[in-house]
This record gives sequence, C-alpha cells and structure tokens, in this order.
Amino acid sequence: MFTEELLDKSSTMRKKWEDEVKKTVAKHADQKEKWTTVSDLEIKRLYGPEDIKNMDFEKDIGYPGQYPYLRGNQVTGYRGKYWTFRMFAGMGSAEETNQRWHYLLNSGQTGLSTAFDFPTLMGYDTDSPKARGECGKCGVAIDTIDDFFTLIKGIPLANITTSMTINPPATALWAMYCAAAEIQGIPLTKIGGTIQNDMLKEFIAQKTLMCPPEPSVKLISDTVEFGTKYVPRWNTISISGYHIREAGATAVQELAFTLRDGMEYVEDVIARKGLHVDEFAPRLSFFFNSHIDFFEEIAKLRAARRIWAKAMRERYGSTDERSWWMRFHTQTAGCSLTAQQPYNNVIRTATEALAAILGGTQSLHTNSLDEVLCLPSDHAVQIALRTQQIIAEETGVVNTIDPLAGSYFVEALTNEMEEKAWDYIHKIDDMGGMVKAIEKGFPQMEISDAAYKYQRQIDSGEKIMIGINKYNTDEDVEIPFLEIDDSVEKEQIERLNAVRRKRDSRKVRECLDDIRTACKKGENVMPYCIEAVKSYCSVQEICDVYREVYGEYRDPGMY
Amino acid sequence: MADRKIRILLAKPGLDGHDRGARVLARTFRDAGFEVIYTGCHQTPEQIVGAAIQEDVDMVGLSCLSGAHRYLFPAVAQQLQEQGADDITVVGGGIIPEQDMQPLYDAGLKALFTPGATLDSIVDWINENIKPRD
Repeated sequence: MFTEELLDKSSTMRKKWEDEVKKTVAKHADQKEKWTTVSDLEIKRLYGPEDIKNMDFEKDIGYPGQYPYLRGNQVTGYRGKYWTFRMFAGMGSAEETNQRWHYLLNSGQTGLSTAFDFPTLMGYDTDSPKARGECGKCGVAIDTIDDFFTLIKGIPLANITTSMTINPPATALWAMYCAAAEIQGIPLTKIGGTIQNDMLKEFIAQKTLMCPPEPSVKLISDTVEFGTKYVPRWNTISISGYHIREAGATAVQELAFTLRDGMEYVEDVIARKGLHVDEFAPRLSFFFNSHIDFFEEIAKLRAARRIWAKAMRERYGSTDERSWWMRFHTQTAGCSLTAQQPYNNVIRTATEALAAILGGTQSLHTNSLDEVLCLPSDHAVQIALRTQQIIAEETGVVNTIDPLAGSYFVEALTNEMEEKAWDYIHKIDDMGGMVKAIEKGFPQMEISDAAYKYQRQIDSGEKIMIGINKYNTDEDVEIPFLEIDDSVEKEQIERLNAVRRKRDSRKVRECLDDIRTACKKGENVMPYCIEAVKSYCSVQEICDVYREVYGEYRDPGMY
Repeated sequence: MADRKIRILLAKPGLDGHDRGARVLARTFRDAGFEVIYTGCHQTPEQIVGAAIQEDVDMVGLSCLSGAHRYLFPAVAQQLQEQGADDITVVGGGIIPEQDMQPLYDAGLKALFTPGATLDSIVDWINENIKPRD
C-alpha cells in the first residue's frame, strides 16, 4: 500500500509521538488502562500506515461493484437507490397487522417485513395447548391462508417486496404467499421478497425449533430449489447473524457463524439438489445486527462482503459475480437498548443505523425506543423510521460511497474481523461442518461464554450501559404502552374453528398425505405445500407431518 | 443435611426462545454454589412442575420475554400448589410490565426480576430468602 520511504518516515514520526504519549500519560494517566469494543476486542490508541501496510489495493480494497466488494455491491452506492426502509411489524390479529402495514407504507416505508407470533413461528395453531397465552403477543397470528388473505389485503404483491421472518414453518408460510399471488392472478415470476428460513441459527441462537438439524437443512434446500426454478425474484433464505448476536455473541462470532451457516447451505444444495452454485447463490441473502460499537460494526459488515466474495469464488468455484455479492438486511441491536430511560434508545438506534449505512447495508430496520418493553407503538415506530429518513435525506453520509475506506483504523479493524472470522470458519470445517459443530454444542457454548462475560462486565461497571450502571435515575418515565389484549386469542381460535368447519376435510387429509409421502421419498415438498394451504391446511397440520416423519428436536438447554 | 446446597430449577415456559438471560443465570447460580437444573426452552407448565417435584428443588426460576408470563407464571405456581408442593418458591424474570406485577405476586410468585437486575442482586436475594429444605 505504501512506499518504503513513507513507512520509514512514518516510523520515525511514530516514535516521536510515542515518546510524547509516554510523557503525557506519566503526568495524566489515561481514564482506563484497556480500551475495547463492546465485543471486548482491544483497540489501539492510534492506527497508521504500518497497520495496513500489507494490504494489496487491488486484491483487498478495489472499487464498488468490483471483487472483493469491500466497498459495496452497487457501482453507484446509495445515489441510485437508498437502502430499503423495512420496518419489522406484526402484532395481534392479521387485521391489526394489515393496518400497521398500511400505516408504514403511508409513512414512506419501502418494503414490508412480517413478525409472526410464537405459535406461528414454532408451527403450532393458536388452539394448541402449547400456544396458550402467546397468541399475537410477539407478532401476528397466522393459522391458515384465510388469515393470510386478511394480512395482505390491499397490498400490491407484484410491486412490493415482503420479508417474512419465519423459520421452521417457512415452507407453509411461503406457500401461502405463493398461493395468494396465484389466486390474485400474479405469476410467481413476478413476486419478490424474502423468507428467513435459516434453521442453523435457530439451533445456535433463536431457538424456534421443530425437527433435527439435518432434515431442517433438507427442507431449506427444497425451498432454494423451488425458488431457483419457479420464483426467481424470491430470496429463499436470509442467513442471519442478528439472533446470534442478540444471544450474546461477539461481532466476530456473529460474522463467522453466519457465514459458515451460509456455506453449509451452499454445500447442501449442491450435494442434495445437484444445482450449480451459480444457479442459486445469487438469491442467497443475509441479515446482520448493528450493535452499539460504531467502528466494529462497520468493519464487520465490510469484512462480511469480502469474506463471502472470496468464499464463493475460491471455495465454491463460482464464476457469476452475482453469486459473489453479499446482499444483506440489517437491524439495530435490541440487546443494546435499555428499559431504563427509554428515550435514550433513540440515540442508540440512530448510532447503530448510521453504522449499518456506513457498512453498506441494503435494507434496514431501526428499533423503536419502546421495543425493549413491548411491541412498538405507532408513534415510536414513526420516530424509528424517521431516523433512517433523516440519515438518508439530511446528513449527507450517502453522498459518497464507502466514505471510511482507506482509514487506517477502519481497514485494519476490517482485516482483523476477517482474519478472526476465518479462524472460526476453519475450526468449524475441521469439525465436519456447521451441523456437526451444532451437534457438539460448539457455537452455542462460545456464545454462552461471551454472554456471561459481557453480563459480568456490565455488573462490574467495566462496560457501561447508561441508565443501567451509570447515570441512573429513579425517575419513572411513562411511555405509551402497546398491549395485546387476551381477547385476541379467543377471537383467533374462533376464526380457526370457522375455517375448519367450512373446508373440505377429505381434501385436507389428502394434501397432508401428499406432503408426508414427499417427505418420505425425499421429494421437494413445496408444490405439495402450495396445494395444502390452498385447501386450508393449517400451519400446525403441515408442521406436524414434518415432526412425524423427521422427528422432533428439543432444546438441550446448554449453558 | 445442614450443608445441602440450594437446588434451583431454571425453566423457560412457553414458546419463547429468548434464553440469553436464563443461560447467563444458570452459570451464575452454578458459580454461586447452587445446584442448577436448566431444562431449556419450550417447557409447558406441566413439565416444569413435574421436573420441580422430581428433582426436589427449593426454588423454580421462570424466564419469559414473550409477554406470555401473565398466563404461564401463575399456571406454574397454581399447579405446584395443587400438587402439594407450594413449599417450592417460584420467582420470575423477563420483560414484565409494572401493571402485571401485582397479579403475579397475588398468584404466588415471590420475586420478579426485570431488565437491569444485576446477577449479584439475584444471587443475594436467593441466599437471603431460600433455605435448602431437608
């Protein structure tokens, strides 16, 4: 990167500066001895040319839209198009969520994102004994396609992309979207969106569980294959680090485990479906967390793009540059927010959003100030959305592409993130891949260690959270509180029973039998799922078939 | 049996998968010298009560961040009473709004720990309030 002459000059000047630092510190000690990121990565007082002297401009940095995509996938950056303003929303009944969606679209949101309630997420109907007390609490309750029609009422499916955070029952919910589009006369080739559909991170972190890891990956490969052939604008998987980070992982762990998960899916689709990597890899998408440590997050996101490009080209022999692009959504960190002094959360979220944008995200959810306490109120959601709009339209950070490139510190930290991530990736390779590593409990225990250490650092005051361990107040801040009434559950069960009464129960049985046969034969389940949801099979009925054929996975409760 | 350790069942009732708090607490309790049984996510109240009695614990700690605590916490306390095991103390933690607290205390919960509670404060509460049963 630099001439010998410059490095020599820098070295001389650095020595002089270091001497001055020593003298100054002798008189006025630093405020603390060790300066670290939120992930406990030690940061130096200063970075200079020597910290990035081994970088190769062409190989390691390059230009936007060019390998290794450190500087972004888009040749025009955010000038051609901002990231998608995509607020995650879902609560109560389908009707209530539909109203929230229209409210967000009218407020300038540009993409939809669905939060489902826990019974839907876990593949149980609202009247299951396991679902008691949960209906509509953390998202919208969807039992059958009847609810789905209500959810998408007035939403132009051909013109807007919809993201659905759904994992074990992803086949069933995506089938509802496909079926609803067909019924509205919109061909599958015209609809666009994302299903999260990333089960590996469920075992590692989020814990919405259904079947064991191996058949879970098989179902995912089914969706990838179906999307590749029939729904080409759909991202059939959103390989997610968000939940891994929320569970307590460090930035490096989030980066490494997420990318290694991605590699596991690539390898499975190639092996199981016989597809060439470039047939499906362009539709793989990612989802990261943006935590409070500003530069660490920017470095993580930049490193993610470079690692993925290298992995696709060198590890999997991909020759299509669209496969090399890591396209990702980002959400600000829920776990960085505090219930105490909740208005401070606006500042945290704004900082995290800025990091995500400087890291080159293509889609963003900003948390609402009240999300640590409850589902966000309309007003709180609007502030969160306005945070993105202010960054996009007022701050000027979008004027130029990847403005932090070439910073000694940012490039050095980006390199460090990448090196440490590869160390983890190779370690997991040595274990036989991510499924094997999960079976050993490796990523789970790494995260537990990090979470425990961090909590101890908070409790001891070594790491600061304002309102938790510094600048505490006794003042009780009243914020408007969105609560889901318990009557939602009763009404949802009534709707479900009404659907059960009116549907053709023989057709339901036949459809479920067809899915069962497909599972047993190892066929792709998607076409059968679409038929099943059209016949009003419920989410649980479909998932019960999976549980019956593949077995049920229970959380082993590692800590 | 004077030096019997305090035995704690940590459980996550319902479908909520946010287990960071429960797992951090499991380690904390182990390090504090308690015996800990952590049964993982997605336990029904029936399973939790069964495990508490089977394992002869002194305390059940429930963690829930999904909002379903209003149904699930009282269900555990009530079923313990029905089984004649109301000498097992039940405490809870998670995102529990102020207005939900009194009904939970009324249902038999002895303590509720919410965001910002330090690990040490929880351990101290246990040492002060839980005695190993003979």
